[in-house]
Order: sequence, then structure tokens, then C-alpha cells
Amino acid sequence: MFAADSGCWFTQKVLCWRAAASVAWSVLLLPASTAAFVVLSKLSVLHPVQMFADCVSVLLSAGSVFSFVLLAGVIIMVGFLTFEYYTVIPSIACSKVALLGQLLHPRQLLYCLAHGVMGVVVGWSCAVTIGYRYERLAYLCPQKDRDGLLHMCLNEHHLLLLLEGGFVGLSHSLLGVIQNLNYVSFGTVQQHKYLCFKASLPLAAKCSAAQAFYSVRNFVLLYFFLGHIPRAWMCKSLSLHLDSSAHPLDSISGLLDLSLLYLLWISATYLLFSWYMTLLLFRIFVTEAYSFPVQSTFTEEAPQCLPKVLSEKQPMILKFLALQDLSLLSQHSPSRRSQVFSLSQPGGHPHNWNAISKECLSLLADLTQRLVSYHETVATNGRTKSLSSGSDRKTSSESSGTEDLASCRPTFLMKTPASVFLRSVGAGPQSPLTSPFTPDLDSPFASPTLRQLTSPVDPGSPWHGVVQSPHVMRRAPKLWSTSTDSQRNGSPPASPATLPTPKPESSKPSFLAQFFQNRREQVKHFMAKRMLVMYLFTKLPEASSQALFADGQAHIWALDGLSYLVQASFTEDQFGVVQTTLPSILSSMLLLQEAVDRHFKLPHASSKPVRSTISLGDSSHKTLRFALRATLKTAIYRITTTFGAHLHAVQLSAEHRKRLQHFLEYKE
Amino acid sequence: MCSLTLFPPPLQDGQTTLCESNNELLSGSNTQNASPMSLHFPRESLKLHSRTESSSKAAFLDHSETLWMRSAAAWRDGGLTGLLNEITDSNSEVPKWLSVGSGCILALLRWISSFHSSLFPHLTLSSEDMIAEFSQVLNWSDCVVRAFAWHPHTDKFAVALLDESIKIYNPKSTTTPTLKHRLQRNVAAMQWKPLCASALAVACQNCVLVWHVDPCSLSARPSSSCAQVLSHPGHAPVTSIAWSPSGALLLSASPMDTSMMVWDVAAESCVPLQRVGGGGVTFLSWSPDGSHVLASTPSALFRVWETRMWTCERWPCLKGRCQSGCWSPDGSRLLFAVEGETVIYALTFAGAPDISTSSLKGPQAAAVVADLSETTFHTEDGDLIVGGEIQSLAWDPRGERLAVLLKGDPQATNRPAIIAVFKTRTSPIFELLPCGFVQGEPGVEPRLMQFHPNFQHGALLTVCWSSGRITHVPFYFLTSAVPVVGLSGSPSLLHPLERPADFASQSLFTELLS
Repeated sequence: MFAADSGCWFTQKVLCWRAAASVAWSVLLLPASTAAFVVLSKLSVLHPVQMFADCVSVLLSAGSVFSFVLLAGVIIMVGFLTFEYYTVIPSIACSKVALLGQLLHPRQLLYCLAHGVMGVVVGWSCAVTIGYRYERLAYLCPQKDRDGLLHMCLNEHHLLLLLEGGFVGLSHSLLGVIQNLNYVSFGTVQQHKYLCFKASLPLAAKCSAAQAFYSVRNFVLLYFFLGHIPRAWMCKSLSLHLDSSAHPLDSISGLLDLSLLYLLWISATYLLFSWYMTLLLFRIFVTEAYSFPVQSTFTEEAPQCLPKVLSEKQPMILKFLALQDLSLLSQHSPSRRSQVFSLSQPGGHPHNWNAISKECLSLLADLTQRLVSYHETVATNGRTKSLSSGSDRKTSSESSGTEDLASCRPTFLMKTPASVFLRSVGAGPQSPLTSPFTPDLDSPFASPTLRQLTSPVDPGSPWHGVVQSPHVMRRAPKLWSTSTDSQRNGSPPASPATLPTPKPESSKPSFLAQFFQNRREQVKHFMAKRMLVMYLFTKLPEASSQALFADGQAHIWALDGLSYLVQASFTEDQFGVVQTTLPSILSSMLLLQEAVDRHFKLPHASSKPVRSTISLGDSSHKTLRFALRATLKTAIYRITTTFGAHLHAVQLSAEHRKRLQHFLEYKE
Repeated sequence: MCSLTLFPPPLQDGQTTLCESNNELLSGSNTQNASPMSLHFPRESLKLHSRTESSSKAAFLDHSETLWMRSAAAWRDGGLTGLLNEITDSNSEVPKWLSVGSGCILALLRWISSFHSSLFPHLTLSSEDMIAEFSQVLNWSDCVVRAFAWHPHTDKFAVALLDESIKIYNPKSTTTPTLKHRLQRNVAAMQWKPLCASALAVACQNCVLVWHVDPCSLSARPSSSCAQVLSHPGHAPVTSIAWSPSGALLLSASPMDTSMMVWDVAAESCVPLQRVGGGGVTFLSWSPDGSHVLASTPSALFRVWETRMWTCERWPCLKGRCQSGCWSPDGSRLLFAVEGETVIYALTFAGAPDISTSSLKGPQAAAVVADLSETTFHTEDGDLIVGGEIQSLAWDPRGERLAVLLKGDPQATNRPAIIAVFKTRTSPIFELLPCGFVQGEPGVEPRLMQFHPNFQHGALLTVCWSSGRITHVPFYFLTSAVPVVGLSGSPSLLHPLERPADFASQSLFTELLS
């Protein structure tokens, strides 16, 4: 049953149940929100008694029971889709093109389509519940036609509600990609599920009302201009007639009906609220802390123990929950800590500690490696920028991602020489940073001679304008670079297929090659002058930094867990198992500290993201790098304050010792 | 139960307490050449703001805007009530029904809010009065030194002054950075972040500021870009803040807000922890082991939060709100004082809850451990009355000295505010013994006190006086419970043998008696 090599037991035994519980709760809460919707839709201040009677009769009618079953089906479907599409590592698009790629990914299109269809279903239920003139799609035309026959006429009000449901569902799913709605973040503090839910309920109501307002506004505008198309199609496919006596709704007078707009808004709010609710419940249930056993007496349970689970790759949330559990146990649970520090019974090896520390250290080393290679990729870029002319610097330090198009073109022309000569040393094939337009490692031109070329280009010098040297032409402008996560999340890295990637070449290029280089350079220049292309390909300023730290939460927990365990080992570790790894823990933390410090010196890295407006999309991933920096410092201080002067006895390199001395003197 | 009568009598006029050595409080009369450690901020040296109006609207010429513009501005500035006020005021321009209707809604809103504030009278106070009411500082609004904070690991401290500036003193550096920020007004509390060299959280009138003051920087005026602003709508004024001992989280409390905020400072995000009863949160104190948080409310109720799952225990008090509280170093015992009563209560908690038991296993009732009711001492200068309500409590980080700031009576001359110091012992049983009174120059009251977090030779009490002077009173003793990790020599001023004085042998409270 339990596959030893994967975390599939976890999906089966824990995740599925958590998801099912969250869906069950959202279905159970559906009657309450439906009742609220019915009351709001029948709202009339002047006749409260009649309103009450109306509401009760609607809620008890057979039609409402049917629509309720339908809505429950929709909620289950939404829950299922959330379960399928959730991610613990946000996907951060580094440019507009990458975002477009995410939106147009087939998997994403399927998601949007499903939401659109479900929106139509919810819209139908709303129409049926509201009743009156919205209830049916067709009615008997009041006038007879020339032959004296009665025809069925299309009820445009009903159609409007259906279309609105579909539109809101679609826009919800599209906005979900932009706002990272499917990103599940872990809370700062542990709380009981009920309290979490209670606290997030007002936010969900506020978000859904605001979002519904904007969606309805957009929908009304869209329907005003294009409303005749679905109406005609509906009439044709169902062979219905248009009621010539009724006022068409895609006109100003038809849409400026306050009661109609109110109902549209209420039903959109209801739709979004019930979906947000499902999402919230899912997030709360799935991020609940799970306590893994540190060691088990039975060998068949060994794959479920913490040291084993920590090294799992799939599902990602298993690793996250395990790291969270590690950080919690290291802080709060002396008995489980003692299991971590214990020795194996035959043999006397500290297997638990070794496995845990090895996994945490490899996580830290991975991040350090990523930061160093990223820094090397952009270092030349950053240096040139900081030295180049004032106007260039101004644009590079602009933290807003929306450089207007007009200013984009001239700055690009100035920026091109600087960004052309990019050298990506660390971005080899194994590197997570896949930046197109960067030359290969084994190219002979990836040599120090290049560095001379990366110096700022004087506009008066012959370098400006026409770039002719083959040395230079091999360097392609790095318009954008995407990062690690697009592959992990299923969507492929959107690479511009139109532009060929450079190939490694011999040191003396042939004439033909040179010709192609020239052509390509011209194509690039041509493309660069087109604003739309520039707009799509310009890197969003902070995004690459955000993408680097996208899974920062795991590193934060690893740092927390390690530092708390080391702190506890000062008094609790009877066999001294931690002492053997203390030098490597300290040096890897100090290495990471160095890399993080260097990263924060880059432009945009330390600029704070703008506060997001009301939205349920979690923006905590945007600040993960700051949290990681703070946690790292605190972790090192935790170890230095605990061990104090004893740290002088630890084997470290001279540089690290110097760094550590700063921490011991509280000067960092 | 014994009272202040067991204490040694207060000092004569002109004498100030210098230190404790050999189990005795030593005093001296040479007040003029005070120790170089003491700082003095005379009131005259501070440039105070003379601005009284909150808005500079009156300074600008009036110009006629359309009603629409004015309404939009009123909505932006004053919200719904501002908009309604504007419409009601400009009744010549709007239709009659609109102005009358908005007037009615305004009256209704006021009626509801008056009903609300009759439940919680503190809501009618202005922000400054509210900070003064709930601050741990005695007579906060008149105080030159408004807040004081020792760094938890080094010998530096921060002082918040009446002129809205904060100065940071570090014995190892000659620069004293002065922190000023546009939003740094009416500082109610400060605390350094544990396990960090640079971060200082400041509770201000409208927000919490977190300064990052680089200890290696030579700048005397760090720019306001070094400060993070943490604000949440409705969460103002902030009267108390508390860092978690692990340095990960920051709590902030406001008497206007029923929820206390748990801040992730680096991410500038917060989680509100809301409990409706009590009408706000006034004072926070995180236990040194990080397992519990005391949160008192403006009503006769306080809560003790457990920090693993953030559940809380309600503790209703009989008489008034919980004014102050402090934790023993191991986090197992909470001492607190209630407004309107002259006793110190103690609550005992079981050890740190394990991960498996998330529920609190708390005590059933609080025990009275000290009675500080008024006691008359006959001195040469006449009768001196000591005792009364308690302003704040401070327990030294080793759990051996407890300082209690008594409010006194500002009207009566023979009943000054005074600091009473107890000797305490937490293991094997909890005991309180009298130590003595800490007094300053004549006519000068203590306003604020804090123990140094890691004084090698015992305990060091820092007192801020009403004259603007900050003095340090060391208590030299050998500690029996906690071994000193550092390899420093033995305390120089300490006599190796404890010579029990006759008054000190009588304990005020032991757990054996109760």
C-alpha cells in the first residue's frame, strides 16, 4: 500500500482527507450563504413581511432544492480543482510574456473553462432563485406573428444572468493566475482552524463584494458592446424569437436598470463568496500542522518518519509540512527533541540527527548556490548600470514595474549596450536559471576579455549605435530571464520561439556565421524598437528576486529548526551528536548570509513591494526574501548567544571566524 | 501576610539610594557629583513642539469648492462621519431632505457610539490621555523620559524623550544616534528585538515603528528610511509592544482595538488575534521562556495567551483592570497588580506545554503574595506615608529582586511615589523578603524603571526620574540559582558571606505559609 519511495501515502492518508473535509465544510456552509443571498435578492424595505414570506417560500420550494444540489456539485468541483491546482511555491512570472504563457497554458485554459462553465451553472441557479422576470430562458411572445402563431421568445434577463455567471467565473480564474490565488501560504502563527476561518471570513466577504463590483462593471461594458452576439446565437440555436416589444438590454436605457444591476452584483458576490470560502477552507485545512513521528519502532512505518519525509520531493507540500513540523518540534517539544538527539539502538549512530541536519544543510546550500549563480549572472549588468549615465540609472532604480511605453524606447536604446554583454557563468545546463540569449559556458568568449566590453559605453564612442565586432555580436541582449518555478509548476518556460538561441562557436567564426550574427542582430534591433515587444519582454523589476526566493518558506523553517535544535543541544544533547555538525551548520549559515547580503545590494532586491489592494490572493511570497534575511540573522544570533565564547573552539575558516566574531559582539 | 512595615525606613531628606551591597541598601548625600553613568535631560534643553492643532487647515485661505469636491475631500479625510458632517453643514446647497437625513444619521451614529463608550469609558479619551492612562510610566504626559529600553544582549539602551526623539547610547561608541520620524509621536513603549543587534520597535500614536540602527554606522541621524512602519486600520494608539523572546514575532496592543496584532516584522504582515471582551488591549508582557503572554484589557479582565496555538485563558479581576505584570525568568510564575488594589497577586503555571498538550493547565485562582497598603514611617523630617496603588512591576532577569513602583499621591507632600524593592526566591519555593526603598534626590519622583537584562554582578535597576535624570542602582549579590555562563571574575563589591540584617530575615511571603 505504501510506496516506500514516494510520499503517496501522505496524499492518500492525509491530504485527500483534508481536502475532503474542507469541501464538506464548504458544502455545509452553503445553505447559510444561499439564505443570505435569497434575503438580499428579495430585499425590500417597505414590505418586510412579504419579503420574509417570499424568502421562506423560495427556500422551501422544490426548485431551490434542485439548484442547491447543483450548487453543491459546483462547490465540490471547485474544491477538486483547487486540490488539483494548488501550489505551495508561487509561480512568479518574470515578464509579461511569461505571464501570458502561464495564462495560455493548456492546463490553465482547462481550469478557466471549467470555472466559466461552473459560473454559468451558478448564474442559472441564481436566476431560478431570484425568480420573477429572470426565471425562465424563454416565454410565450405576447404578439402573434403574421401567421397568427405563438412563438417562444428569448428572455434576455435570464440570458444576462447566465452570461454574467460565466464571465465572473472566467475572470475569477484568470485573475487567480495573476494574483496567485492557488498559492497556499503557511500562517505566521498556529491557530485553531475555527479561529482562522472566523478571522478570514470578513476579508472573504469584502473581497468578493469588491471583486464582484469590478467584474459586473466590466461585464456590463462588454455586454453593451458585444451583447448582440450571444443573444443572436442563442436565438438561432434554440430557434427562439426576439420579443420586439421588450426593450433590448444592450442599450444604455436597458442596462441602467438599478434593480438589474443590483441583482447582477449580488449574484456575482454570491458566486465569488462561495468559491472564496471553498478556497479559504482548503487553505486552512491543508496547511494545518501535521505531526510526523521522529522515529518508529516498526520498520514499515519508517517512510512516514520525519527524517525520511524531509527528503521527499513529491508532493511538495509534504516537504513543507515536514519542515514546519521540524521547526515546531525544535521550539516546543523537548520530548521529540530528545528523540532527534538520540542514538540508534544497535550501533549507536545518530541517524535521526544526521538525516535531518543533512537535509536542512542541503536546502541551505541549494539556496546559496542559486543566489551566487544569480548574482554572477546579473553582476555585470548591475555594475554597468550603476556606473552608467544618470537617465539610465534612474530607470533601473524605478521600482514600479510599469514603465510607460513612451519612456521605454529611448532608455532601451541606451541600455542595450549594457545589457548585451551578459556573461552567465553559473547558468549552466544544471543551473535553475535558464536565461535565453546568454552564451554557453564553453564558449571561448566567456573570458575576462569580455569584461572590458561590459564597461559603460560612451554615446560618442564608435561602440554606440552600430555594433560590429563579432565578439560583441555573439552576446545577445538579455531581455528577460525566467526562473526555476515555471517548470516545477507544470507550465513550461515561455521562451520566445521567434528568436534563435546562440550556439557555441569556434574562436574564429566563419564568414557565414558572421553574416547570420549580423542578421540576427538586425532582427533584434528591429524587434527592440517595437514597443509591444519591449513591453512584453521587459523584465518586471522585482520579479526575478521574488522568484529566487519563491520557496523561501522552506528555508526559513530549515533555519529555524536547525538553530533551535542547536540551541537546545547546549543543554539537552547528551551524546554530543550536534557538535560534530556544528562547524558545517555555522559555515553554511555564514555562506548563505554572505550570499543574501550580496543579493540585497542588487537594485530592486531591497525595494519593498507595493501594498496590495483588497484581494484574497496571498502576497506573502513577495516579502519572503525579507523574512528569510531576518530569520537567517536571528538563527545565527541564536547559536552565538547560546554558545558564546565556546564558539572559538569550533573549527572554522578564518573568514568565517571573523564574521562570527561580529555576531558575538552584536555588530551585524 | 506581612506588609511594608517590615521594610527598613525610608532615607532622610537629601539622601539618595546608591546601591545594594552585603544585603544592605547603601545611600549617600552627594547628589551633585553623581556617577558619570547617569544621564540628565533637563526639560529646558528639549525643543518642544508648540503645535496644538492637529490640522493645519486654519492656516490656509478659504476658497470655494463645489459641494462635490468638498464631499469627496471630507470622505477622504473623515470617512463616513466627515461626509455626513459636510453635508449637514452645507445645508444651503443641498436639498433639504438630504441635509436633514444626514443630520439624523449623524445623530444616530453619535448615539450609538455614546452607548458603546458608556460600556467602555476609555473610548472617549483622546489618544494622548489614553496613552497616559494605560502607560507603565507614572504621569506619562508630563514625563521628560517617555520610554526607556535596554538592549537584551549588550550594554546599549534607547531613551525616548518628550520632544519625540529617541537617543541611543552605547558605551562602546561615541556617537549617539538620534532617531526622528514623521510618525514617531507620543512614544508609549520601546523594545529592542531579541537576537538582533539593530532592530528597535517603538509604539507610537498611530503605528509601530521598527528602526534598524546599524551598530557600526557612524551616522548621528539615521534617515527615516531605516524605519519600517507597521500600521493597521483601527489599531491606534499603540500603548504596548512585546517581542517574542525568540525574536520572530512582535505583538502590539491598542486600547481602541479588541484584537492584538501578531506582526511578522520582516514581511510587514500581521495576524489579528481577536477576543471581544474587555474592549481593547492595554498592556502586554511576554514570558521570558516564550510560552505565555499576559494581555490586560481596560476592563476588569486580563488574558493569559499560550503561544503555541494562541488560545487564551480569561482572568476576571474583582476590582479593576490589570495595571502591570511581570514574569519569573522561567516563565512559570506571573506577578500582577490590579488597579484600585494595593496587593500583588501571583499566578503559577505548569512548565512549558509540550507539543502534544496544547491546552493550558493553569492555576485556579491567584494568590496574594504581598500587601502594599499604606504604612506610616516616623522619620526625623516628619511622618512619611508609603504604599498604595501600584504603577508598574519589574523583576530582574535572575528572579532575585522585584521592584515595585508605587504611585503615591501627587497632592500630599508626605506621600511620594517610591520604588520598593523585594528580594525574591523562586526555587525551591517562592519567597518574598523585604529589601528596601530606592529614593532619589529630594522632590524628585521615580517615573519609570527597568532592570538591565544581563548584569554580571547581580541586578541593575535603571530609574528615570521626574527631573529628567536617569540613574542606575546596582544590587550586588551572588546568585545561587542561575550559573553565570560568562567567565567573568567574582563581583568586586560583594561580601562573600551573606550577613542577614534583622529586618531581612522576616519573609513577607512564602509558599509554605499560604
